[in-house]
Amino acid sequence: MSESIIKHALKTAATLIVFAFVGTAMLAYIFDITRAPIEASERAARLALFKQILPESAYNNALLNETVDIAPNELLGNRLPTVANIAKLDGQLSGVILEAVTHDGYSGDIKLLIAINADGTVSGVRVLTHKETPGLGDYIDIAHGNWIKLFDGESLSKTPAKQWQVKKDGGQFDYMVGATITPRAVVKAVFKALQFFEQNKEVLSASSTKAQTQKD
Amino acid sequence: MSMYKEITFNGLWKQNPAAVQLLGLCPTLAVTTSAVNGISLGLATALVMSAANGAISPVRKFVPNEIRVPVFILVIAALVTVIDLSINAFAHPLHKVLGIFIPLIVVNCIVLARVESFAAKNESVPSLLDGFMMGLGLTLVLGLLGGIRELVGKGTLLSGLDLAFGPAAKQFVLTVIPDYHGFLLAILPPGAFLGLGAIIALRNWIEIRNAEKSSTSSHQAEPAMSH
Repeated sequence: MSESIIKHALKTAATLIVFAFVGTAMLAYIFDITRAPIEASERAARLALFKQILPESAYNNALLNETVDIAPNELLGNRLPTVANIAKLDGQLSGVILEAVTHDGYSGDIKLLIAINADGTVSGVRVLTHKETPGLGDYIDIAHGNWIKLFDGESLSKTPAKQWQVKKDGGQFDYMVGATITPRAVVKAVFKALQFFEQNKEVLSASSTKAQTQKD
Repeated sequence: MSMYKEITFNGLWKQNPAAVQLLGLCPTLAVTTSAVNGISLGLATALVMSAANGAISPVRKFVPNEIRVPVFILVIAALVTVIDLSINAFAHPLHKVLGIFIPLIVVNCIVLARVESFAAKNESVPSLLDGFMMGLGLTLVLGLLGGIRELVGKGTLLSGLDLAFGPAAKQFVLTVIPDYHGFLLAILPPGAFLGLGAIIALRNWIEIRNAEKSSTSSHQAEPAMSH
């Protein structure tokens, strides 16, 4: 009797193992054959996003490959290490693309992609991910409005620090009535990203050449 | 032949997963902010359900009763991952629209429910059809719910179609109510509950009316025969 129970248990376990093994093998195979196409399309999608905020004429290097590691810091709001993409025109620093996160949104983090020209002006800003209220706070997203383009051409020298606020707080940036928290968070995040750029300009241009020599 | 008809009728109307069985409501309620979103999630679920039912039915005799649920979950999770990776690799624009929904399908209990209650007991072809029809029934409800929420909330229909079919599809977006300022409640989660409640009520009303009609017509038939 007990022998038949053990036999049954072993048979059951063996069946489960066979299913797990077949499943794992199938996943490994599919993962392997899809990895290259997925990477390629992700890179293409990222490059297409970069093109929206940094004109193609502004650089002639391999934007995706030229990066600088950025440790978690307060100005960009990133809690994990991230990378900045460095744009170069004929070997000269022409701009950087920074990823910034703000925790001051109405609900959840807002992730931003900010392109800054070498002279410190904003080339373009896009919202990567957000969880703001649909129909109210989501106009920061290019899919729901052109508000985010207000930042194009702005810089720390053009607009004094006091003006880097929404109009309600006495600044110069427009907002929509009923959703002030969201634009307030984005304005602050872009302002801080520009400060980060000013403070780390040397590092960004210096280590990018190092990264390049490593790649070569 | 009548068996296939019954499976189809069950999936689309009588045992409709979203309006009758009320299974897998989490993605149903979360995703249906627009008609395109609802239909996309519905079709992705239909694909997974057909594949899961079709894969489990042939091996059902090899699975001991005690471990059937872990085996089913293993198969479903593996299939969803395979479909997710394949769509990402070979139909990337589609993945942009469906991408966030596909992993959600693993936790959708309607998939496991159909595998357990149908595919584990029936032949492959009927199982495959059952999975597909249940998925299609879900798609109908999700599309309807998404359409209602989009129309009431934003005054448009089919917005976001360009994400699936390229910028050219933007002209198919219908602005039903021009100059509409939006009714936020419909887009927010409570709108999903209200909308689904309305759909279930509508379905029950049609069902009851049909039942009454058939019973009154049979009552009328009786005296006619006695005369």
